[in-house]
Amino acid sequence: MVELMNKTNKQETANIKTPSQIVGESTKSVERNSVFNTKNFNLWYGDHHALKDINLDIRENEVTAIIGPSGCGKSTYIKALNRMVELVPIVKTNGEINYRGRNILEASYEVEELRTRVGMVFQKPNPFPKSIYDNIAYGPRIHGIKNKKVLDEIVEKSLRGAAIWDEVKDRLNQNAYGLSGGQQQRICIARCLAIEPDVILMDEPTSALDPISTLKVEELVQELKDNYSIIIVTHNMQQAARISDKTAFFLNGEVVEFDHTDKIFSTPKDQRTEDYISGRFG
Amino acid sequence: MASQGLGKEQSIQEMVAQSRNRKGKKFIEKLMPIILIITALISVLTTIGIVFTLIFETFEFFQRVSITDYLFGREWLPFSGSEPLYGVLPLILGTLKVSVIAACVAVPLGIAAAIYLSEYASDKTRRTIKPILEVLAGVPTIVYGFFALTFVTPLLQELIPSLKIFNALSPGIVVGIMILPMIASLSEDAMSSVPNSIREGALALGATKLEVSIKVVLPAALSGIIASVVLAVSRAIGETMIVSLAGGATPTFDFNVTGSIQTMTAYIVQVSSGDAGYGTTIYYSIYAVGFTLFVFTLIMNLLAQYISKRFREEY
Repeated sequence: MVELMNKTNKQETANIKTPSQIVGESTKSVERNSVFNTKNFNLWYGDHHALKDINLDIRENEVTAIIGPSGCGKSTYIKALNRMVELVPIVKTNGEINYRGRNILEASYEVEELRTRVGMVFQKPNPFPKSIYDNIAYGPRIHGIKNKKVLDEIVEKSLRGAAIWDEVKDRLNQNAYGLSGGQQQRICIARCLAIEPDVILMDEPTSALDPISTLKVEELVQELKDNYSIIIVTHNMQQAARISDKTAFFLNGEVVEFDHTDKIFSTPKDQRTEDYISGRFG
Repeated sequence: MASQGLGKEQSIQEMVAQSRNRKGKKFIEKLMPIILIITALISVLTTIGIVFTLIFETFEFFQRVSITDYLFGREWLPFSGSEPLYGVLPLILGTLKVSVIAACVAVPLGIAAAIYLSEYASDKTRRTIKPILEVLAGVPTIVYGFFALTFVTPLLQELIPSLKIFNALSPGIVVGIMILPMIASLSEDAMSSVPNSIREGALALGATKLEVSIKVVLPAALSGIIASVVLAVSRAIGETMIVSLAGGATPTFDFNVTGSIQTMTAYIVQVSSGDAGYGTTIYYSIYAVGFTLFVFTLIMNLLAQYISKRFREEY
């Protein structure tokens, strides 16, 4: 795809990937670098112990799906990874979440810096009530990019990256709320790509979309994983099976099982995982 | 179906049918809409009545004074016995001076207060401060007038020795203080109604709290904020007691804010509380001035409605 060519420079600038990983792009035997290494992470909403002793090692350039029934803590976990969960005032945490080797829960870790590296796409499309152009340019602008030419390039590249350029290129100055839900969600993905993050967190990104828009977003996720590490929370087990490399099954705030997606769906080790994916509960 | 628990008594369906067929109930159902229409009409008819009186008496005034002299005359000297002059521009200018000063005070402070209340204050702080602001909006304007005359003016005279006792600056500032809670409260409403998901979207891009407030929430709430400003300024234009007490009674056609002025409202007060006889030109002049004032505030209110519709951000 043409749009992927635009992103190759990102791989050059981010000198965090070893050559073997760029070469052995799809071979599962190669162990990739760790992006998010969570160790004994606990989280409470007031007295409610929402996440219990989470241990997860999420690798780069993979799609990691997080599945589980409602209320199992999967959204809470993904929001902890960019510390959005702190917006709830009664949250307490302990343990470690190491992003590229540094614990993001340390008080000295600047949350804005983390969020420029770790982008997020939300459950409901939430574009700003601005033009399509300004939506995409918002991130680069607040981080100091003012040059109109540079911004133009970023906007085009991001919209191409989110596979929506052809649909909106003639109406960049129109309000993003005039678009369909699926288009809005891809605008939000483009907005996220505009600051060239390292990781993209997706919190049930297709739950508010129709099947065709869902398919488009899923295809997009497949394309994006060459350049980004993606962690996606989903209600939909078929979706996890279709698009992810690894799957973590959450239940009642615990990680029951975390493995390659094909193993989780063919030969789960835990009885509860099997019950869940075979539709016996959840 | 007969209800078994109630024995030989009626079934519930029967009781419902009986109640429905009661004559009184039907009558009330028919009567109430009529009463409600009448009450709604009372306010509409009163307004129409007032406007017609204004127009009628204003028409009478323009039989005596030419309309171009009124609209373009630069001197307002109705009490000069031999040759009275009815050029409304000095009165309009007086009103505008006070309103502009008031807006300069109230708009920045009001919007800043709204940003604090909506984006930074905790729930508890907001719940404490907002009612206090709204109480401030309920202070009688005569109290503000005394405040301007006996406190603000002497204070300003310390800073600006040339300031007269009656001037435009002091009532302007105090009118600004008076409309500040209105701007703060209505703008806060507009900003609070911006959905949180939009704030989260900006935060997730690494925006700081200030960047979220200024570059996302403020533009998203702009229509509500502008509408609140226009409404508040329209109140400033119509404000009477403060400018009557602290503004003076000297209509002047200049842009000086330290000297005595007279606003349209203050002139109406002066004539109404004085002894202008019924049927004199001065008597009719207050209707003409009142009508001018009415046109001003009407335009402002229509503008506020238009802006809040036209610039509404869909989210």
